[in-house]
Amino acid sequence: MRVRDLGGEVVAGLFARPGRTLLTVLGTVIGLTALVATLGLSRTAGNQIVGRFDELAATEVVVTARPPGLNAQATNIPWDAPQRLARLRGVVAVGNVSTVDVGNSLVSTSPVADPQRQTDLKLAVKAASPELFDAIRAALRSGRLFDRGHSARREAVAVLGPNAASRLGITSVSQLPAIAVGDELFLVIGILDGVARQHDLLSAVLIPEGTAQRLFRLNAPEVVVVETRIGATRLIAQQAPLALRPDNPTGLRVTSPPEPQRVRDAVQSDLYLLFLMLGGVSLLVGAIGIANVTLVSVMERTGEIGLRRAIGATRYHIAFQFLLESSAMGLVGGIFGASLGTLVVVGVSAFQSWTPVMDPAGPLAAPVIGGLIGLVAGAYPALRAARMEPVEALRAGT
Amino acid sequence: MTSPVVGSSLVALSGVGRRYGEDPPFDALRDVDLRVEVGEWLSIAGPSGSGKTTLLNILGCLDRQTSGSYVFDGVDVASLDDGQRAGLRSREMGFVFQSFHLLAHRTVLENVMIAEIYRNSSADGRDRRAQEALAKVGLEHRSEFLPTRLSGGERQRAAIARALMGSPQVLLCDEPTGNLDTATTAALLDLLEGLNASGLTIVLITHDRDVAARASRQARILDGVLMETP
Repeated sequence: MRVRDLGGEVVAGLFARPGRTLLTVLGTVIGLTALVATLGLSRTAGNQIVGRFDELAATEVVVTARPPGLNAQATNIPWDAPQRLARLRGVVAVGNVSTVDVGNSLVSTSPVADPQRQTDLKLAVKAASPELFDAIRAALRSGRLFDRGHSARREAVAVLGPNAASRLGITSVSQLPAIAVGDELFLVIGILDGVARQHDLLSAVLIPEGTAQRLFRLNAPEVVVVETRIGATRLIAQQAPLALRPDNPTGLRVTSPPEPQRVRDAVQSDLYLLFLMLGGVSLLVGAIGIANVTLVSVMERTGEIGLRRAIGATRYHIAFQFLLESSAMGLVGGIFGASLGTLVVVGVSAFQSWTPVMDPAGPLAAPVIGGLIGLVAGAYPALRAARMEPVEALRAGT
Repeated sequence: MTSPVVGSSLVALSGVGRRYGEDPPFDALRDVDLRVEVGEWLSIAGPSGSGKTTLLNILGCLDRQTSGSYVFDGVDVASLDDGQRAGLRSREMGFVFQSFHLLAHRTVLENVMIAEIYRNSSADGRDRRAQEALAKVGLEHRSEFLPTRLSGGERQRAAIARALMGSPQVLLCDEPTGNLDTATTAALLDLLEGLNASGLTIVLITHDRDVAARASRQARILDGVLMETP
């Protein structure tokens, strides 16, 4: 039997009852649509999240002094860390920031206790090197930032994070507001609008390092925040400890923030699994549908099977024809499923203004999976058809 | 396929029996000897249950005898496997059934062309050959019709056209007039007579004595025993 003839018989068999064939294919279509769309959407959404966080995460290196162990001395970060690291190739900006131990001192705007309202607040006080503002991409709302001169002269000036400023009731520096940290008075010279990194600084009072050394006996920077060029984080992470403490590089801890992508992936995978299972169940139902309809078709076409045997078809020809009919149904279901799934991904992406990202393996594999499902589903009916004795089939069918 | 021995019959059955079941066994055919020469028209008449369909199925290689030997065109059919028997049916035999067995969703032309697809013959000219076969049975004007729109006589003519595709050696007819009225039956028998006159060997089984009487040679079958009618 020639391939073309077999193909013609299969197509004719499928189109003999087009409505039934289409309904049978529907189960496979739904299953494979769900699979392709789930794979595509999770990929698209994952890419979206990575895209949003990437630029900041991929350019940040943070160096911290290890907390002193039981029998080890703390390895201090040198005060000139920004100057040392700025020399490294790949570093864009670098600055120190340290938590200032102010004991139980509260921050207030008025030296006089006001019984009407709360004036004394527990706010974090941080000592920053002037270069820090670049490294954390700080934006200024009002006033100015402190500079190296303020630190060298150890002046009592402060820059407030926006949350700290609003809690203290300071909206502008035009009135030359002052705050008290414990018994020390500071002139507020600037208010930040936002920072891209080190978000805890939004609620902090920032003072120059020199001032912190003088007033609060800060003995070493706590954290060095480095912004690198894209792709340079690994290199800088290796070089920074050597540049800062060539005598004891292992005493420093270098971290890039954990990639938020992984957290999102974990959250997503649950939903993802649910949809994959849904797709799998639809595929199973689709396969049963194909098997059922093919079996009914074999029974209905008993006479046809008898006739085909009489005009020279072997058992293999009969089995092949029914196997191909069921596989073709699966294949068509797969093609429709791949198309619809891709459309769903594109549609959802358009609605969310995302960039649709798909692994081409998904839509390409769908027709193959569909065809295999059809093949498996058609195996039993095809066997039944092939086993029929021509004499019996001719007698039973009309 | 071995070439036929010169002078041998197209069909040669000797001592053929067909037994169904074991406990108790039922003999549908007993010790049948039959020779059919090329160009003959043999009718086998008998009531239902007499074994005539069993005999035709064995002649058509659709069933295997349980005893005796069957030589078709010089080839012992018992020595052939299923695939070879299917090939023999496809090339050498044409079947005509009482219930026509036309595919309802295919046109008359497609129904005729289907006879060639299990042969390894080229599709070139298949359409023309099918048209010629339809012309032989006087149905060329119905070639694009669906069988459901044809009358009973036209359906049986379409089935004969299908059987004629590929010029078989023998036409095996199982009650071809069983579903037809008297006038249509007569027309169909005229058609078979014409085909026989042009050299086609025909074996026809029927329960109708009048139909059987049209054949050039007649036999009767009763309880599985075949008797030649002089």
